[in-house]
Order: sequence, then C-alpha cells, then structure tokens
Amino acid sequence: MDAMGLLALGESTLRLTIPLLCACLAGLWSERSGVIDIGLEGKLLIAAFAAAAASYATGSAYWGLLAGIGASTLFALVHGFASISQRGNQIVSGVAINMLAAGLTAVIGNAWYGQGGRTPPLEGDQRFLALFDVSDQSRIVQVLFGQSFLVYLALLLVPLTWYVLAKTRFGLRLRAVGEKPAAVDTAGISVTGLRYSAVIIAGVFCGIGGAFIGTALSAGFLPGMTAGKGFIALAALIFAKWRAWPALGACLLFGFLEALSIRLQGVDIPGLGEMPVQAIQALPYAMTVILLAGFVGRAIPPRAAGQPYVKER
Amino acid sequence: MAAPLKLPRWADVALVPAVSVVAAFLVAGLVVLFIGEDPLTVTRVLIYGSLGTGYSLGFTLFYATNFIFTGLAVAVAFHAGLFNIGGEGQAILGGIGLALALLFLPVPAFLAIPLGILAAAAFGAFWGVVPGYLQAYRGSHIVITTIMFNWLASILSVYLLVNVLRPPTSMNPETPLFPQASFIPAMHELGAAVGLELPRSQLNASLFLALIAAWLVWLLIFRSRLGYAIRTVGANPSAAVYAGISPQAVTVVAMAISGALAAGLAVNELMGYQHRLILEFTSGYGFVGIAVALMGRGHPVGIILASLLFGMLYQGGAELAFEVPAITRDMIVVIGGVLILFAGALDGLFKRLVAAAFAGRAVQPVAKEA
Repeated sequence: MDAMGLLALGESTLRLTIPLLCACLAGLWSERSGVIDIGLEGKLLIAAFAAAAASYATGSAYWGLLAGIGASTLFALVHGFASISQRGNQIVSGVAINMLAAGLTAVIGNAWYGQGGRTPPLEGDQRFLALFDVSDQSRIVQVLFGQSFLVYLALLLVPLTWYVLAKTRFGLRLRAVGEKPAAVDTAGISVTGLRYSAVIIAGVFCGIGGAFIGTALSAGFLPGMTAGKGFIALAALIFAKWRAWPALGACLLFGFLEALSIRLQGVDIPGLGEMPVQAIQALPYAMTVILLAGFVGRAIPPRAAGQPYVKER
Repeated sequence: MAAPLKLPRWADVALVPAVSVVAAFLVAGLVVLFIGEDPLTVTRVLIYGSLGTGYSLGFTLFYATNFIFTGLAVAVAFHAGLFNIGGEGQAILGGIGLALALLFLPVPAFLAIPLGILAAAAFGAFWGVVPGYLQAYRGSHIVITTIMFNWLASILSVYLLVNVLRPPTSMNPETPLFPQASFIPAMHELGAAVGLELPRSQLNASLFLALIAAWLVWLLIFRSRLGYAIRTVGANPSAAVYAGISPQAVTVVAMAISGALAAGLAVNELMGYQHRLILEFTSGYGFVGIAVALMGRGHPVGIILASLLFGMLYQGGAELAFEVPAITRDMIVVIGGVLILFAGALDGLFKRLVAAAFAGRAVQPVAKEA
C-alpha cells in the first residue's frame, strides 16, 4: 500500500471511529454511574433517523443534530425511568430500546417517505461536510482538517469526559454512585439524580454519534444502518476498562479494523490468497470475549453496575 | 418499594401480563395514529390476516413454532437466573450444524430427520455452553458474551455460506438443497396422508416438536431434580451451594439446554420450510423470544400462548403490509419492543398498578364504615 493508500485508510479509520467513540463514551458515563446500557445501538439508530429526517425537513444539518440528540435523549430517559425509577431489569430495558428503535425507524421512515424506510438523500447543508475548506491543501492536511464539525466535537468529548469524571466533584460523586451508591446516599447526595444525569449525558453522546452516522458518514438514513456499531462500542468500553482515554484507543483500533475489512474486500494478499474479511470483522467480538474471560488481562466493571439502588429500611 | 405486593395468584399470573399487553397495544395504536392510519382498520386486518382463513392460520402457527422454541430457550436460562440473549446466534449455529450434517454425513434416509435435529441441538447447545462456561468459571458477564456470540455466529455463517458451502455455480449465498429425506413433512401433506384436506402453508410437523419441547421443559423445570436445581440457582445461588448444588454446573447445563432449544428455530425454518441453509434466517426471532418468555412468565403454557399472539402478529403483519401500504411488518418489532419494556423492565410498575387497583377495591368498604 502506498502513502496515498495509507492516508485514505487513516481517514476512513478516523471517520469510522467517531460513531463508536460517541457510543462508547455514552456507555462509559452510564455504566460508571451504575446503569448498564446495552441500548447504545438503539439510541444511535433512532438518532441517525431523527437527524436525517430533521435535516431533510429543515435543510440544516444543525437542526438534524439537535433532533438526533433529542430523540436519543428521549430513549435514554425511557431507559432511565425503567432502570432507575422503576428499578427494572437494565438488560431487558436495553433490549427493548434496541428493538423499539429498529422498529420505529423502519415504520415511521416508510410511512413518511415510502422508500422502504430510507430518508431521501441529503445534499449540501443538509449534511455535515468539511468544517474548514482545505480542498487546495496537501492530502495530509485534508485528512486532519478536512473533517466535519462532528468529528472534532466527538474527539473533544474524550478530554471532556476524562476531565469531568476524574477532576470534578460531580465526576467523583458519579463514579462513587457506580461503585457504592449507599455511601453516596449516606452523604446526602441523590443517587437518582446522579444516575439520571449520567443516563442523559449518554443520550446526548449517542445523539451526536447517531447524527454523524445519518448526516455525515452517509447521505441519509437506511434501516438498520448502525449495523452493530453500538455493540462494538460496548466491546470497546470493556476493552478500555471503562476509562476515557483508553476508550479512544479501543475505538480507534476497532475503527481501524472496520476500515481495513472494507479495504481488503476482494484483495489478494501475496502468499495468503484472498483474505476472508470476516476474520477481521470478527476480531472485535472475539477479542472482547477473550478479554472478559480473563485469559488476557482482566476487565472489571463498576461494582454496582446493573443493580438498582434500594434504600435500606 | 414499601410493603411486599400482595396479589391473588391469578392476578399475578394472568392479569399483570394481560394489562401490560393491553398497554403495549395502546402504545402501538398511538404509533399507528402518529403515521396517520386508523388503528381499528389495522387491528381488523391483523386479526383477519392471521386467523381469517385456514391458510393464514397455518402461517400463524408456523411463526408461533419459531417463537415457542426461542421463548422456551430464554425461559430455561431465566429460571437459572441467566439472561441468554444469544438465541439468534445459537439458532444460527443450529442451522449450520444441521446443514453440515445433512449435506455431508451419509446416513440412511429414515435417520435424516433425527440426525438433522440432533445436529442442530448439539451446535446450538455448544454456542450456549461456551458463554455459560465463561460466566460460571471465568466470571465474564453472560449478557455481553452472548451478544458477542450473536455477532460471531452471524459473521461465521456469512463466511461459510459465501466461501465454503455455496455451490460454485450459484451466486446466492446459500447451500444446495438438503436431501429429500430430511424434509420435515408439511402439515398439509400429513393431512393428505390421513385423508384430511388442509390448506397449503409453511406449517410443518416441527410444530409437534415444539409442543413436545414445551412439555419436556415443563417436566424439566417443575417436575425434575435438575429443574429444582436450576430454579434454586436462579432464586438464590448461595442457598443452592448450601443445598449441595453447584451453581457453576447448573449454569453450564442450563445454557446447553437453552441453546439446544433455540436451535429448534433452525429446524422449523430450514428443515421444515427452506430445505437449505440461507443467510439471516433467524430474522430477529431470537430477540422476540425474550418478549415471549417475559409475557409467558417463563411457564411453557404461557409461552405457547404468547407465541400464538406473536405468530398472529407476524402473519397479520405480513397481510397488513399489503392492505395498508404505509405500515410495514416492522410494526411487529415495535410491538415486541414495547412488550419487552412493559412486561420485562417495567414489570414492577404494572404490578403496583394492579395491586393498587386491588387495594382500592378492598379498602373502600372499610373506609365507608369509618
């Protein structure tokens, strides 16, 4: 592969990393507060649809972004209501969120546009295109600075997440609530309030990721277009052991694997023959299983993750 | 949650699920209104389209067969306190297993059907046992592992169908037809054999297999020593240890049974209807199985009833797509999602609502006296 090929691979890695990163950080917030979120996929999907639909209706990708965030946050609140207020099973609620998103986007999309659930193609300002005009610059500048607003926004979420969780009082409390909620409660701080904030932040982050998928990565919505990104993000979260900077690393790795599997489709590798791209596609899942099983390293989730908090009487 | 909720048994077993089903359909009705269609028309088409003719009833029962298998799979794991959301992957593996056995193992014709069923069950069980083992002995979370195993299974099936099992002459990612002897007879053929004229549909004898499986699961869970162990581990793993039950061993065994049951979906779809292995034949039945198990309260009778309801929705939904073009079959996924939310995650809320209604009725006369 020549230099141009490498740059193209790098650019594609960057773009494929962004939705993973948003969803992964969303999961990080939620799970650090003790609420397991397997509904990342559903939130990405509903956000992608809402963003594409609103963008098409208003002609502005920024309205699309807002709509995406709104829809995803609404879903996050449903998850929050079920798992925080009602102390329901968080896994069941997450599964429901995923199914709801898959069904609703297809049904509403088909009813509105009659194109099998697709939105009409987005053009011009309906999409997030390059933030800076660098079309006359060298290729490497184009890769680094020719991305859309959402790419930079998503990358900024990493230091933001790290800073707030590690350095602020709110972050400390939020992490504490995911480890030992009773202690936080004893200190007179609302467990419910903290968990709801975390779940809402997760909704906003997934909204950004979904809007990127629907309005920047591709020009419009396709049913099921998130294609498991929410689950890869979940895998990346485990890989990163629920920490922000490692999350960026894990998402870049999985984004790179996805870019590579697209690039190697039907390519003959000398000595190996045609590479089965499925082997690369399977890597994130297989690596996560191996890591979780503790054969290499050990990933330990926040201690109170998945447990509804009940005040003792 | 204050005092423990006291509900008559019939209310807990039947009324609470019924209330959540009604609520789910109300939400679905709102979605129908939202996209500008008439919920009553939709309901009429759904009911006529699923039960109105013998033909549509056949299809309803065909889909119900799938749901009985996946619902039972989820339920058995549930009784052991395990959340198996890997039904999709286990069914895919079941499909791969039966395809490999039927295409490559030379067996006498009369053994083809049992061989296919056994191969499916074995492969499905294997795909359940690995996450079960990892949960029991390596401490990895079974939900995450089964999610990952779903994707691994799906990727594996793409690889096998595109690169290995597809005949070189064919463009489609599917295997050649299975040997004729392995076709599970369709219900209308069986009917014809005994002189009954039944409408043609995809419905096949796998339905009987599903009903037998339901009966066996009932025997297993509620009438056997192993079932007692499974329920004990599900209710309280540390109590199980005191009773001399190994939660680890029970976890692995429950996941094996669960995976084997999920593979029944492959038997019905592939040996009963498609007669070859195709891509994505599981099309979400595994996930709907979660809704079925939750609605059926983990009891085989409840699961059969819930499966009938979802079978109706699937078949009616297909008719709906013809009659009301604005609505697609994905409506069923919405209903499934709402049902999982209501009957699963918001279970406590609905229980409390019903309990409050009961309490209100019980309290009123007393209040009058005072």
